[in-house]
Amino acid sequence: MKIYVCVKQIPDPNTVVSKLDPNTKRLVRSGVSLVLDPGDETTISAAIKLRDTVGNSEVVAVSMGPVSAQEAMRRALAMGVDRAILVTDPALAGSDALGTARVLAATLKKENADLIFCSTESTDGYTGMVPGGLAEFLGLPQLTFAREINVEGSKAVIKRVTQTGYQTVECPLPAVVTIASGSFEAIYPTMKGIMGAKKKPFTQLTLADLGIDASQVGEAGARERVLALGKVEARAAGQVIKDDGNSAQAIADFLQRYQLL
Amino acid sequence: MPKTIWVLIENENGKAARSSLEVLGKAAQLGRAEAIVLGSVAGEIAPTLGEYGAEKVYVHADAAYDTFLTLPAVDTISELLKQHQPDLLLLATTYDLRDIAARLNVRNNMGLITDATDLSFEGDELRVTVPWGGENLVTATHPQQGTGIVLTRPKAFGLERYEGRNAEVETLNITLNADSQKIKILDRVEVPSEGPALEDASVIVSGGRGLGKAENFHFVEELAAALGGAAGATRAIVDAGWLPYSYQIGQTGKTVKPTLYIACGISGAIQHLAGMKGSKYIVAINKDEHAPIFSAADFGVIGDALAVLPQLTQEVKRRKAH
Repeated sequence: MKIYVCVKQIPDPNTVVSKLDPNTKRLVRSGVSLVLDPGDETTISAAIKLRDTVGNSEVVAVSMGPVSAQEAMRRALAMGVDRAILVTDPALAGSDALGTARVLAATLKKENADLIFCSTESTDGYTGMVPGGLAEFLGLPQLTFAREINVEGSKAVIKRVTQTGYQTVECPLPAVVTIASGSFEAIYPTMKGIMGAKKKPFTQLTLADLGIDASQVGEAGARERVLALGKVEARAAGQVIKDDGNSAQAIADFLQRYQLL
Repeated sequence: MPKTIWVLIENENGKAARSSLEVLGKAAQLGRAEAIVLGSVAGEIAPTLGEYGAEKVYVHADAAYDTFLTLPAVDTISELLKQHQPDLLLLATTYDLRDIAARLNVRNNMGLITDATDLSFEGDELRVTVPWGGENLVTATHPQQGTGIVLTRPKAFGLERYEGRNAEVETLNITLNADSQKIKILDRVEVPSEGPALEDASVIVSGGRGLGKAENFHFVEELAAALGGAAGATRAIVDAGWLPYSYQIGQTGKTVKPTLYIACGISGAIQHLAGMKGSKYIVAINKDEHAPIFSAADFGVIGDALAVLPQLTQEVKRRKAH
């Protein structure tokens, strides 16, 4: 089986206060620590697990991003992914979900995937609109919010998370599958994996390689526009203190002041 | 000319889903609201929608929509969009509607704004409010002609009643494409909730990776119990397997709007903030003074949650006893 995983490099959600640049009105991505989206690590792990269950299969990581995303691809390879493809091009900056889906679809069209894994959403943009868009461009069915996935002959079957429990859902292959958080244990790259990553095939593509016109992607092709950036009204207190052993009292005082206790 | 806003109404136990009705009410405030109902109970749901704001309802009562996810609905709505070209498609954020929206966006080259907490038309221009991170409000629009999609954040709007309004019902004459009946629901399993009723709790105490290990989560649960609230979790610790998905708060987890939210060892990733930013009061405890959560909190403590939590639980119990 040829299993693909779409991944993304993002500002580290644990250390970076996401900022919007008031001039470009876009997310600030430079000068901040960038990592492979932690949600994608779960999704990669799900793909690797399926590869090893099915046997005679490969997992390929695909990403659209700036050149710095090479590092995220290397991490994916270190986790056990077999090869990686990165589409990078200055014209892609400011792409919306539709533009991103278009690029990923063009990349995957050449690959003959059996299954394409995505996270349900990225941890930074969190629109969650790329996987379905990708499936639509490729003319493939999608199985979403999967907490479990099995391949049975020429079908994929998942347990799909719902508000009140789950559904068992199947569709014919090839298909796009989105993986729900917390469903699969993340694989941690070993030293051996990190060293081995350097030898694995890594391809870098540009828009020209995909035959996509710049007007259809990037900010030029985006079908949403930010008109203005504002600030929410300042919250009631916005006070921050250092714990000196008395912070429990300070918190309890705050709760009492606002009748929360 | 009033704007025409379409809302897809989901079915919950044979009735219109509350989340759909909330969006319908907002649509009616914006202009002429028209509803679309698809599925075997669509005929029963349609007449109830006038009272919630619909002036017209498109109905297709075919059981195929109940068994086969996403594609039949995308086909039908795409056909309707071509025929009628409404100004806006306004949808609640639910699992099924997200899947439909993502495909409609591509098939009809639309434009899609997600996680909206408010929207309005200023003349012809749509203005959509999307909170971002702790402190930003983004105003976004669809700059081009044609119908755009806006997905609204759960609980952004309340129900609106339009007593005595009767919607015109149009039954669609559509033959569904068998090729679109591919994503098949084999069964539905209700799992009695393993966790707390987060969506209704007025106090939530939530834990994240700063707690260190799964065994420490009890500190969160004890404080929640002392405050008479529910315990929640971030995606990070659900991903790490400490707790089931039902505890997860965040954009693909649950969206909560308690009066009090206490975030313990939580850094404040944007998708987590999206799930709890509507809380009336936010308290944060985190070792890292640079954690993004502090920009969203009303009261923050830079400290070790493992030290502060048991002290706070004790202090809460003490004060409540007086």
